[in-house]
Amino acid sequence: MSEASIDGRSVCRLRPGWRLQWEETQQRHVLLYPEGMVQLNDTAGAILAQLDGQRDVDAVIATLQVQFPDAPPAAIAEDVHEFMVDAAQQGWIHHD
Amino acid sequence: MTDRTDTVTTNGQTGAPLWLLAELTYRCPLQCSYCSNPLDFAAVKEELDTAEWIDTLTQARAMGAVQLGFSGGEPLVRRDLETLVAEARRLGFYSNLITSGLGLDESRIEALREAGLDHIQISLQASDPDVAAAVAGSRKAYGKKLAMARAVKAAGYPMVLNVVLHRHNIDQLDQIIALCDELGADAVELANCQMYGWAQLNREGLLPSREQLEVAEATTARWRERLAERDRDMRLLFVVPDYYNDRPKACMGGWGSIFMTVAPDGAVLPCHSARMLPMRFPTVRERPLREIWYQSEAFNRYRGDAWMLEPCRSCDERHRDVGGCRCQAYLLTGDPAATDPVCDLSPDHHLVEAARREAERDTRSAGELTPRNAHESRVFCRS
Repeated sequence: MSEASIDGRSVCRLRPGWRLQWEETQQRHVLLYPEGMVQLNDTAGAILAQLDGQRDVDAVIATLQVQFPDAPPAAIAEDVHEFMVDAAQQGWIHHD
Repeated sequence: MTDRTDTVTTNGQTGAPLWLLAELTYRCPLQCSYCSNPLDFAAVKEELDTAEWIDTLTQARAMGAVQLGFSGGEPLVRRDLETLVAEARRLGFYSNLITSGLGLDESRIEALREAGLDHIQISLQASDPDVAAAVAGSRKAYGKKLAMARAVKAAGYPMVLNVVLHRHNIDQLDQIIALCDELGADAVELANCQMYGWAQLNREGLLPSREQLEVAEATTARWRERLAERDRDMRLLFVVPDYYNDRPKACMGGWGSIFMTVAPDGAVLPCHSARMLPMRFPTVRERPLREIWYQSEAFNRYRGDAWMLEPCRSCDERHRDVGGCRCQAYLLTGDPAATDPVCDLSPDHHLVEAARREAERDTRSAGELTPRNAHESRVFCRS
């Protein structure tokens, strides 16, 4: 589970039992876990929404680059990688 | 209940109740002497029925509630629990079952899972059956709890164990954490019992000494290091008893701020112990939940800071701890608007110090404390 082992080929998924959900009243994605909730910003919500346990980090980056054509592709790649490392450290996601 | 919702307390504008605690029943097969249920719980006869609970859940979800705790008493006593869980899932709640484990078996775990339950939190009383029996008033509970903890883990649930600590089990902390590790827990709440309800009644017989507390904190710190060395992901959350703090907790993130309890009879409360305060709380049978949350006198009374007395009123820290706990202020001083006497700036702080001294003189064993049961409760029921 060390951060260094996340690369473009890593497949990430939410920690088992945790749930990502769009909350209409809060107008944001939240990450729900036993007796708690992380209120996510737009970037974190958009990235986590792509995790399906099938596609690897490179595929997630490619999807987001299509979804946000106005953002520089390299910046998206960097944001996603940084976020995945951070999310893994926080215990929000697991990866192969 | 420990609130871990990462939310900033709002000042001024009332936000949505993100957390709903559904106390389905006050009935419970155990008799824990630190139970936070009201002393007069036996006076509550008419529990909300299935349709009323579904209506309550629907209203709360529409208001923005997303974390849901099914609690009690023992929520498994309710035969309609699976129905309520299924409804909660359909509505989009993240649902937590907070249980003693009694009333659970493999088939019910499976049924709850199919209904969409997200998490089961089992409470443990001790690491050995004798202490557990003395605390909970049941000899068979200990073995049953361990079996159910294993079954919950095997079913693939995230496993959070909750251990209420007090002077009769805190010296076993090392073995308790070892047991939780062995059970495969993902997280353990080591929650020193707070003095509400039955715990308040038994206060002097439950409060640990400062030495016991210091040893327990050191034990927890040692385990955290040991777990980290093994790369074992088991979080230990140690909750210090209020009576050994010099600043109060920001209780529930603020009165009527993010948290709402609905009691078995439908009374809507800002926390699970507030119903003993000298005020009346509306019920879901009388008024819509939205109206209760945003407009009722009860929910607005201690919002913001205009209600605060000195020393809170002019204190720089008043928005950090919101004056502490209204229930604790009332239980200790008789005035629910007083500064929580846990705070060493409170003119009533000596009451907390006196309770600690009285506790030192209390020699009762765990089995000699007043058990939480319907018989004892009737003493406190006003007709």
